[in-house]
Order: sequence, then structure tokens, then C-alpha cells
Amino acid sequence: MTVSNGAWEVVIGLEIHAQLATKSKIFSGASTAYGAEPNTQTSVVDIALPGVLPVLNKEAVHMAVKFGMAIGAEVADRSVFARKNYFYPDLPKGYQISQFDLPIVGLGCINIELENGETKTIGVTRAHLEEDAGKSLHEDYAGMTGIDLNRAGTPLLEIVSEPDMRSAKEAVAYMKKIHTLVQYIGICDGNMQEGSFRCDANVSVRPQGQEEYGTRAELKNINSFRFVERAINIEVERQIDLIEDGGEVVQETRLYDSVKNETRSMRSKEEANDYRYFPDPDLLPVIITEEYRQQVRGELPELPEQKQQRYMDELGLSAYDAGVITASISLSNYFDIVAKKTGDAKLSANWITGELSARLNREEIEVENVNVAAEAFALLLERIKDNTISGKIAKDVLDAMWNGEGSADEVIENKGLKQITDTGEIEAFVDEVIANNPAQFEELKSGKDKMMGFFVGQVMKMSKGKANPAQVNELIRSKMK
Amino acid sequence: MLDNFISPYDASVVEKMQQAGIVMLGKTNMDEFAMGSSNETSFYGAVKNPWNTKAVPGGSSGGSAAAVSARLAPAATGTDTGGSIRQPAAFCGITGIKPTYGRVSRFGMIAFASSLDQAGPMGQSASDCALLLNAMSGFDEKDSTSIEKEVPDYSAGLDKPLDGLRIGLPKEYFDNTDGGMNAEVEAVIKTALDQYKAMGAELIEVELPNSGLSVPVYYVVAPAECSANLSRFDGVRYGYRCEDPKDLNDLYTRSRGEAFGTEVQSRIMVGAYALSSGYYDAYYLKAQQLRHLISDDFKKAYEKVDVIMAPATPDTAFNIGEKTDDPISMYLSDIYTIAVNLAGIPAMSIPVGFAQDMPVGMQIMGNYFEEAKLLNVAHKYQQVTDWHTRLPEEFK
Repeated sequence: MTVSNGAWEVVIGLEIHAQLATKSKIFSGASTAYGAEPNTQTSVVDIALPGVLPVLNKEAVHMAVKFGMAIGAEVADRSVFARKNYFYPDLPKGYQISQFDLPIVGLGCINIELENGETKTIGVTRAHLEEDAGKSLHEDYAGMTGIDLNRAGTPLLEIVSEPDMRSAKEAVAYMKKIHTLVQYIGICDGNMQEGSFRCDANVSVRPQGQEEYGTRAELKNINSFRFVERAINIEVERQIDLIEDGGEVVQETRLYDSVKNETRSMRSKEEANDYRYFPDPDLLPVIITEEYRQQVRGELPELPEQKQQRYMDELGLSAYDAGVITASISLSNYFDIVAKKTGDAKLSANWITGELSARLNREEIEVENVNVAAEAFALLLERIKDNTISGKIAKDVLDAMWNGEGSADEVIENKGLKQITDTGEIEAFVDEVIANNPAQFEELKSGKDKMMGFFVGQVMKMSKGKANPAQVNELIRSKMK
Repeated sequence: MLDNFISPYDASVVEKMQQAGIVMLGKTNMDEFAMGSSNETSFYGAVKNPWNTKAVPGGSSGGSAAAVSARLAPAATGTDTGGSIRQPAAFCGITGIKPTYGRVSRFGMIAFASSLDQAGPMGQSASDCALLLNAMSGFDEKDSTSIEKEVPDYSAGLDKPLDGLRIGLPKEYFDNTDGGMNAEVEAVIKTALDQYKAMGAELIEVELPNSGLSVPVYYVVAPAECSANLSRFDGVRYGYRCEDPKDLNDLYTRSRGEAFGTEVQSRIMVGAYALSSGYYDAYYLKAQQLRHLISDDFKKAYEKVDVIMAPATPDTAFNIGEKTDDPISMYLSDIYTIAVNLAGIPAMSIPVGFAQDMPVGMQIMGNYFEEAKLLNVAHKYQQVTDWHTRLPEEFK
């Protein structure tokens, strides 16, 4: 595939929908909790009975302002809710209350790290408040559609980027950055399986060096980082192939099918709805004062980039480790506990970015779902530090802990993994290895340092990995004299 | 559309009135979704005017007006988007007041045009309306457009003398340049104004230069808002649903096509058109800008006068069927009432005599939140006249 390094430049903009973590809906008092029985979390407002009126949830406004402050955006003095008109069975009023020409958050920006280590600034055009629709359930009702309005009226912050991304990887980096940020500032739980965080991607290609944007396609409702990357790449490939075959990209909405790994047309521009936006006369304009902005700015917690810098400055972590850990609020919280308990930030960082992250990635789970709590993980590292086990054995202990075989101490005890630190015992192993390999020992003595690894390895093997490697090294050197 | 629907909750106005000990006797007929000036668009058929059963009672709150006029109920509520309290009150010879926008909660009122709709009392006299308005008014946290402002006791100031009251007479209305005002109606209004003069009021000509724009502005704003407000009647959750829909589109088009009357459908169409991409700026946005001019006219006038008086309607009640084929003429029957809704000011209609053997209503318009003054001005008139006590022959 010749994406982005051939004759074509890829242009991507994302529209991210972050569900705001308010307790009640944006325009009614009904609960927003996920997973309840269908239509049990609906008030007369949510089901749009005749005569009902929306009342704005102040907390949703608070959260939107928080986001605006966190990305250094202009938070509008006055923003206006508008009605977006279209008919759909899971949209009870026949219009969605959203914001159109006067959104609450204006231009801001966010930095992403590129693969080459460089930083790139991505513009955030705007972020606006709106209500979510309900869900249409097509599967379980032969020939009919079930409507669940529990989600109807859940507050969303739609975060619209500038078309600043030039590859699927950049798009994912941006999406992850926003994902991390909204969780840090506590406005979204970031749960992508439950749809709390999802995005639409606007994708186009143009010949390298051309100013004008190509015609874009909008990929709808993608709810995982992996799918965003794959959907964009497959769409870019489709557009390039199409143009190179003499065709033309048409402006349309496309759906990504993750099973077939293809995008297909949902509706063209001609079929697109005219939403007939107009200001909602049921709601007053939202007025934000400078005083309120200052107050919210003061409430902002430490942001990911600030935390990364602090880890580097105060704890001596590498930029890479600090970046990996702070990219997830739950991972950094985990790290904070482990580092505090062990008193060894570097060791903690190494193990969390290494062994722990490898296991998380392998099993595709988040750290909050791991059955090794931060305190238990810290104990494991403490057993490395106090020489009870070697780092190598510790990996096996972690595996056992991962499988629910108990605490680090229990696993070490039950499996007899305690490190051998008795010099006599280790010396016996060393002597035996030297006796069995006289020729190699001569080579070592004659200055062939590479043989050191062989001898240490043999001793470790004989001790079933339990000999303290430092002591093994020392003893072999003493035998060489 | 809602024939089979019983609301599972009470409107805030209903709750408030029940708290005040008021007993609800029942619901009255009205134009479908409050869209009409004659009651003839009602799904249930038109109410007849108690003064002449061949004539319309006015609309949209024609049922309420007729019920009070015939003394079937001591008082009733109505809603007024472009004159729907004042015009039927005038046609049926009763007293009705549309309060300032935001004075009475809209929660529980089926929205027609959200930025214009306001509920108010319709009664036999200004003092009855004051009692009812006391119960209905006030801030409601369920309606973001209701206003957090203390409600005065509307009954307390009814008897204040009118000495020095400055009454504004809009030049544009009385010029009668469009020739719409019936001469007999005009004569009755002038007699009523003389009565006020006799009571110590001063008559001052005022200008409302943009009043001619009211009807066109209204017929953009109101349909635009209603086109969205009525989208919820889609046959999905409640109300009418067509038989055996083929697919979703069929469900929508037939449910709405079969259950909405033609007046409602035409207004939805007009509104959707006015909001369409490419037309929004020319129609809706323009109309909203003109609305400001209309409001400014009133603000300027109230610098010179305390209240403004004019006929409530250009003519008395017309006959059932007379204007059904002439929507423009029907729309023009609201020509004197519509500007009030666009500006959001309070206004009332009181009976001041008869023309062509039918009641004539005079409109009294006030500045924002000056309902108490309007009621006072109306009450004092009703203390020295008996038009409001007149009953149709058959209901004596």
C-alpha cells in the first residue's frame, strides 16, 4: 500500500463524540447509567410527550467549559442551542437539540507525538453540546424494530478537529490524546465498548503539493482505535485506486464494516438530510462569564502533558516511559501507587511499561480490569529489590499472579522460587559448571569475555534460575584469578 | 392525531390552579394544534358562537370563549400564539388576557410556536381574569423561558383611579389604510375611548411604523417553529398510527398525512420551507430581525403612553364557512393581535359594545409585565359599563 508516502497526501479530520459523565441527562432528570432495562430511564421529556420542555443540565455545561479550558480554546460568552430536524424512530422529538453556528467551545488545539518523536499540533475547530439519540434494535424483532430510549438525551460533547492529520496513525494518536484528556478532566468515562467515546472520520486524498482539498468521504461511528486506523487506511486505498483508475471520489457518508474490512456507501450528498437548523426557542442562550471561566480553569486537574513532565523532572523517568504511563489515567494512577509503595519510580516504570503493558496489550484489556492490584504489583517489585527473586523469576511470578495463584509471596513460597543467595550453594554450582566445561573456561580466562554469559547461563540453569545473578557473576570472576 | 391520547402528566398551569383550589370541569374544543382563527380546523368540528350559532366563536381558543360566553363555566384558560385568547374573547363578548411571554409556564402546553405561545385566563370580567392569573402565573423551573420575577397580586390594584392615564392610539391601526376595519366596529371603539376620556384618561396618537409587517413575519416564525414542534407526532410512540405501514417512510407519511388536518399540514410545509437550506436567511432570519423592529416600535411607544388601545379584530365574528376558502382573509382577522405576540408584551380584549348585533372587543396592550395595569384599566371600565355582563338571548 502506498498510503501517504507516494504521490498522494492523505487529509483527515475527526469528529469525536464524547458522552459526558453527568448523572442525569442533558435536558431531563432521568439517569444516564448504562445497561438498564430498555426504556426504564426515560422521563416524559425524553420520550417527547406533548407539551414537555427541555431544561439544561448545568453540569454538562460545566464539563464542556472544562474541556475548552483544557485545550486552551476560546469558550464562548454566548452559545446557542439549535434544533437539528430529521425523522428517525429513536429520535423522539423529530429533532435533536444540538449547537450549530454558536458552539460553546471555539478554536483550540492539542499536541500529538509522531512516530519519529516529533510533536505535531492538531487544531480543534470547535466542541459543542448536544443530546444523544436512543437506540434502534433491529436484531431481535422479526420484521420490526425495537426502540430503547434510555440513551436518548444523554449529553454528548462533539469535538471537531481541523483537517490537520495526514495519516491514519496521526488520527489514532489524536483520538487517543483526546480520549486520555477527557478522562483526566473527568468529563467522560472513555468506555468505547459502551459507546461513550466514538468518532466519525472525514477522509480525503490529494496529489502531493496540491493546496486544494480532495473530495471527502465521512466514515461514520467508529468505536475503537484499531478500527479507526483500519477504516481510514482502507478508505484511503479505495479513494486512491478510484482516482488512479480515472474515477472520482463523491462526497458521501460511508460505513466501515470491520468484519469485511471495507467501507461502503450509506448515503450520498444528494440524499443527505437538510437539517433545517434553527435556534431552539425553548432554551435560553448559554452565557459564560469570565469569572466562571476562571473558576473552571482553577478546577482543572494535572493534565497528561503536565504529568508527563513531572514524571520526567521529579522521578527521573524517560520521556518515553513517562509518555506511555500518562497516556492512560488509569495506568498512571496504577503507577503512582506502585512507585510510592516501592519507592523506586524507575523500576516501577520499567515493569509497568514493559511486563504489565505487554500483558495488557496481549489480552486487550485495560489496567482497571486486571486482577493484580497496584499494591500486589508493588510487592512483586519489592521482592526483586530485596533479592528474594531475580527479575527473570519475577516474570514467572507475575504470570502466576495474573492467573490468580495468589500474592507474590504466596507464589514464591508455593513454587519454591526464592532466590539462592547462600554463597556456598552458588559456589557449588559454579564449580560443577567449570568442571564440566574446562575448555570453555580456558577461553574465558584467556580474555574471551563472551564466554561469561555462557557460564552465568549454565549456573542459572542448574539453579533453576534461582541463583542470584550478581553473586554468580562475582563467583565466576573470582574463580578466574 | 391525539384523539386516543390521554396525557399521563399535568401541565404546570393545571397543577398551580389545582393548588389554588380551582376545579377543572373539562376540556374545551379548539382549532387543531391551535392553528386557526375560527375553530373550524378542529378535528371535532367547529364550536358555534353563543351570540349567533351561524357565526364562528373565533380561534383558536374558541371553545373556551364560547363556554364562558354561554356561562357554561365561570372562567377558562386559553393559549395565545397570535391572538388565540383575544380574538375569540372579542367574538364571544368576554374578557381575556394574554400575559407577557414568560409570565406563565408553558410546560404541559402543546407547543405551537414556542417563542410566541403563552397561556392566559378567559373570564366574564377583568376581576375574574385577575383571580385566575394570580393562580396561573409564576416562574417554573420546568420551563426555561418562564421568567423568575415576582408575581404581584393582580386583584389588589384593580380599583386604582385612571386619572392621567395616557392611552396610545396607533396611527397605523386607526388610519385604516388597508380598509380592513369595519366602520361599525370603529364607531363602537371610539365610544369606548370616549368613556375612558371621561374617566380622566388622555388619548395620544402613537406610531407603530412596522406593524404592517406583523402578519408576514408571524406567518414565517410561527410555521417554522411549529414545523419542528409537531415532528414528535410521528406515529411511533403515541397518538395516531396508520394501518399496516409498509416501511418507516410509509409509517411517517401516512400517519401524519392521515391525522393532521389541512391547515396544520400547510403550516408545517410553509415552516419547513422557510427553514430550508438556502431559504433560512431570506425568511426565518429576516423575520427574526423584523421582529426586533416590531418590539422596538412598542418600546418607543411606551415611553409616551401607559397603555395602547385598538380594536381586537377588524370585524365582528364571521359566519362558519365564510372564510374557509380564503386563508389570507382568515389570517388578516388577527392583524391587530399578532404584533403583541411577536413583541412578547401583554394584551387583553374586553367587550365594549355591539356591531352588526355581535360583540366587539377592544384590545388593551401594555408594556412588559404590566398585566396589573391592564387589568386595572379594564376593571375600571367594567365598573361603569355593563357590556361584560350581557348574555346571549338563549343563555339568559
